[in-house]
Amino acid sequence: MLAMNFRGPFQIRADRNRPEPEIKHPMDAIVRVTRSLICGSDLHLYHGLVPDTRVGMTFGHEFTGIVEAVGSEVKKLKVGDHVLVPFNIACGSCPHCKQELFGNCHEANAEATAVGGFFGYAHTGGGYDGGQAEYVRVPYADVSPTVIPEGMDPENAVLLTDVVPTGYQAAEQGGIQKGDTVVVFGAGPVGLLAARFAWFFGAGRVIVIDELEYRLEFARKFAFAEAYNFREMDDPVVFLKKATDYFGADVCIDAVGCDATGSAFQNITGKGLLLQAGNATAFHWAVNSVKKGGIVSIIGVYGPPWNLVPLGSIMNKGLTIRGNQASVKRLLPKMIDHIMSGRINPKEIITHRFPLEEIPDAYRMFSKKLDNIIKPLLIPPRANA
Amino acid sequence: MKNALENRIEEFQDRVIAKRNMARTKDIPGWGMDADPENDPTYPMKHTNGADHQRYDYEKPSQQPLDIEVFHSIERPGVTRVFGTSTPPAGLSGAIRRYAYKYSEATATHWMTLILADRVDVIQGKLNDLKHGVLPNPWVERGWNAEWKYNRSAFLGKAATMALLITAGIMMLSKKNSSKQHSREW
Repeated sequence: MLAMNFRGPFQIRADRNRPEPEIKHPMDAIVRVTRSLICGSDLHLYHGLVPDTRVGMTFGHEFTGIVEAVGSEVKKLKVGDHVLVPFNIACGSCPHCKQELFGNCHEANAEATAVGGFFGYAHTGGGYDGGQAEYVRVPYADVSPTVIPEGMDPENAVLLTDVVPTGYQAAEQGGIQKGDTVVVFGAGPVGLLAARFAWFFGAGRVIVIDELEYRLEFARKFAFAEAYNFREMDDPVVFLKKATDYFGADVCIDAVGCDATGSAFQNITGKGLLLQAGNATAFHWAVNSVKKGGIVSIIGVYGPPWNLVPLGSIMNKGLTIRGNQASVKRLLPKMIDHIMSGRINPKEIITHRFPLEEIPDAYRMFSKKLDNIIKPLLIPPRANA
Repeated sequence: MKNALENRIEEFQDRVIAKRNMARTKDIPGWGMDADPENDPTYPMKHTNGADHQRYDYEKPSQQPLDIEVFHSIERPGVTRVFGTSTPPAGLSGAIRRYAYKYSEATATHWMTLILADRVDVIQGKLNDLKHGVLPNPWVERGWNAEWKYNRSAFLGKAATMALLITAGIMMLSKKNSSKQHSREW
């Protein structure tokens, strides 16, 4: 089958000779992929920032597909169902899953206890091949995969597998109260959705910070946010303090993660020398820009080793730091309702559509932010078979 | 350390000890008097229902057959009920990874060794490609086609800089070699 094949940092292949996946466990299903996305966090793998990313792996944790085969213990899903597959692999029976922390399942990732199990996210994410392929093995098929509601646009359906609930949870974790000033660092797909959903919680102001003018313009239109370019500032923290009456924002959301820019020191130590898990500039700005007693929500992905972070400020300012991988299954009913009711049309963020065969170009464009790209969609050749 | 404390304690005792303490709460002054179930910073992400206190004693799915080498974190007792089967460890990078998994996720040795293994794996991948007659194709694999289409001037600038650096490097090396040869002739 055709699938993405990782060959090393910045090198991938659209490989036509990959073996088709097999049922490995009675609760597995095999899904023929109909739509797949490249996530900003896939770029961390592509850039070589996540440990235990092995050559030969297929990435991709955002996909929809048709069920082609099911294991003997699969009772709910049927062959022929068109499903959206949440990026979390979840058993549904461990204490974390039972409490709806589906992103923290205890029975999905043998290789790292600090991380749940995810499709196509290195062996640090459990060593599962992902959905940037024609077929995928889907473990625990009766737990998270959900039949796409009738009438839902397939592009909105695939966005429900990660980015929409992730953006929502970023805002939810902020504990936003009516009238709050919310600052979102990063105008990538997750940042845009976090900014948009901040209004759903009653924000009084939503401010987006990024360095790319086309994304800031998109944030103004899509998320109805004030949007500012930190390249035009001497010090983004001073700007944000001044913009919030020298008090600080009520809530700051880090929607950037380990691939940030904006600090030479962080760049050299994090991305050049790999002495920390990438560049944590966005988190620094969030901690310093939030008010005393405020909340910082981390949704941007960091690698597991460590980062240089201002712990003293967190303690002295009495901050609450909240973060997690989105629990997609928990949020799906609410997200489906928001989309079907027309409150949000997330597919507006899909700016580029590529055949799976052109995946190296798609990664390069997304990584280098070429042609005003926001969110790339991949369509496998057998999507409509 | 062979005799380290973590090698000497008995496993799966957490709930046994907690239950024992819960049976003698009247002997612990003030036990539970300020407990507030609403003081929960994980709300609304977590629907607290006490399942945490089951610890490892929950109904587990059946075990996926372990027919390939799969590492597991030493912070858990074994592999998970399902696991990924992508790219099992192989060759030198596999041996390095095997070493890394002897250390916990709290250690630099674990993560930095895995990063080293990743870089070795890239070289291993190239050799494996050559073995199977697959030549490197950076134009396609690095997506330079997209650069050419959407970022041509910057791409050409970078390519020219690279070419200049490589030429300068070759010239310096050949100069060094010829001066060595010259001094030997003397």
